[in-house]
Amino acid sequence: MSDTFFTSAPHWTWFIVPYFFIGGLAGGACFLAAVLAWIGRPEDRPVARTGFLVGFAGAVVSGLLLTLDLGRPERFWHMLFQSERLPHLSFKSWSPMSFGAWALLLFGLFSGLAALGAVVEEGRLGRGGRAAALRLLHTGPVAGVIVALAASLGFFVAGYTGVLLSVTNRPIWADSPWLGALFLSSGASSGAAVLVLLGARRGSAPGSLTRLVAFDARALLVELVLLIVFLASLGPVVGVWLSGWGVVLGLGVVLAGIVIPLRLHTRGGEPGGSFPIRAAMLVLLGSFLLKLCVMLASEGISLRRMAERM
Amino acid sequence: MSPEPMGFYTDTTVCIGCKACEVACKSWNQLPAANGGRTELSGDSYDNTRRLDGIHWRHVKFIEQFEGPYEGRWLMMSDVCKHCVEAPCLEVCPTGAIIRTEFDTVVIQSDVCNGCRVCIAACPFGVIDINHVSGTAQKCTLCYDRLQAGLEPACSQACPTDSIQFGSIAELRERAVERVAQLHAQGESRAYLYGADPDGPLGGLNSFYLLVDKPEVYGLPVNPRLPTRNLRLSSLLSVASGLLLGALALVGFRKRRMDERTGGGT
Repeated sequence: MSDTFFTSAPHWTWFIVPYFFIGGLAGGACFLAAVLAWIGRPEDRPVARTGFLVGFAGAVVSGLLLTLDLGRPERFWHMLFQSERLPHLSFKSWSPMSFGAWALLLFGLFSGLAALGAVVEEGRLGRGGRAAALRLLHTGPVAGVIVALAASLGFFVAGYTGVLLSVTNRPIWADSPWLGALFLSSGASSGAAVLVLLGARRGSAPGSLTRLVAFDARALLVELVLLIVFLASLGPVVGVWLSGWGVVLGLGVVLAGIVIPLRLHTRGGEPGGSFPIRAAMLVLLGSFLLKLCVMLASEGISLRRMAERM
Repeated sequence: MSPEPMGFYTDTTVCIGCKACEVACKSWNQLPAANGGRTELSGDSYDNTRRLDGIHWRHVKFIEQFEGPYEGRWLMMSDVCKHCVEAPCLEVCPTGAIIRTEFDTVVIQSDVCNGCRVCIAACPFGVIDINHVSGTAQKCTLCYDRLQAGLEPACSQACPTDSIQFGSIAELRERAVERVAQLHAQGESRAYLYGADPDGPLGGLNSFYLLVDKPEVYGLPVNPRLPTRNLRLSSLLSVASGLLLGALALVGFRKRRMDERTGGGT
């Protein structure tokens, strides 16, 4: 029996599962928005702007979910500053919970600036005297730096959550080093999916959506491969999936969240048509279920029951 | 001069399961009752505490090994925080709430902890949990307040059989080695020390045990490890995955521009 079965569950459930889903989705969307901002065409700008807005909104919601999950939410700032030695920072490069809190804060800051640039570019803000200053947020080298930082931090937030789980002693999580890579690929595919879903409503060009769908298909393939590698890397612990969560993983994540969307993607159709929209919704469902079953399969393990089975 | 490392040596062969240590711990540390004080029986064991958590910092495990109604044995073990020399909980705590004291023990400062619970997932022994009264993670402090006042911890003082012994780690190790030799001489060849080796897992445990069966029988991991063992590889694989996905995105969108330039665009 793996030594991880002698540990206690941290009760990371109904705030953390949505956080992992939304944080991954926001990070992936922000990264794709940055790629489109760098090498896309002018017609891709609506998708890029949507990505920055999704990134910022996701970062804010993620921060709220993380704070609400704390046993003492009013002490959330203890993650960032040493409460007894202000203004000394609290930072451990070897603790994913520590550097993850900083990454999320900075992701919120830079995706917020990128989102502000998007709003200015859409003409909803920055008319009048401040227009020239605010224009720096969406054109020129300053905007480039902001976008680069938002994209890097977005991908970081999408992936560190899996690393955080691996850097514990809990069953499943600590039994494989592949969770970070798996969550990152899930974040990328769900980021593309949310841009496809929102893009049609926000005036995205058909060409942009077509390319996003193509990227989503590739990201789903990467996710499928990483999921198989993750399961294989668990060794004898893979037996924990012989449970209801294994059914969720097989039917919800693999079939509904990866295989069927891939099938829909290959059937093609209009970029804003029913196939890509249905595929995108299934990808989001699959990404949520992946986080749900990885979290709760470990949370729910009863030492006694597992000891008898394995 | 700082005091020498202090800790517990628990000889499970003389534990009688009286739970005086549990009561003394609860009483001294003013820990609340479970279920609002209502009696709740486990239903399948004489042990009704069942596990360590935020309001049970000591727990006498009853390992009931019965093959029939009249043949079997109880193994008793008073479980507690191991005050690991290389403490996983202290390593991952993001707030600095978990500290190593001048007695080489590990203490959670309740006024600093914000209840993120990463220490619970990091502890290889399942020792820490949330105290729902304070909203913070809590565990045995090895009676840090009593040690500062020159007193011994409440549990070891209350133990009627000296199953729990408190003292300097060096002295306790000597005493434990002698006890193992005594048991071997008496024919109990299964006796051995768990966590007493400073070159062993986690740099040794400042609360170590004399056991007479495999660690897993007592609910203890064979080879407890630091959670950061996975950090480097997990991070590298994540970065590699990010680079792959980034390359796929760049190539995909770049290809589109090239297709359009050559008139073959989508």
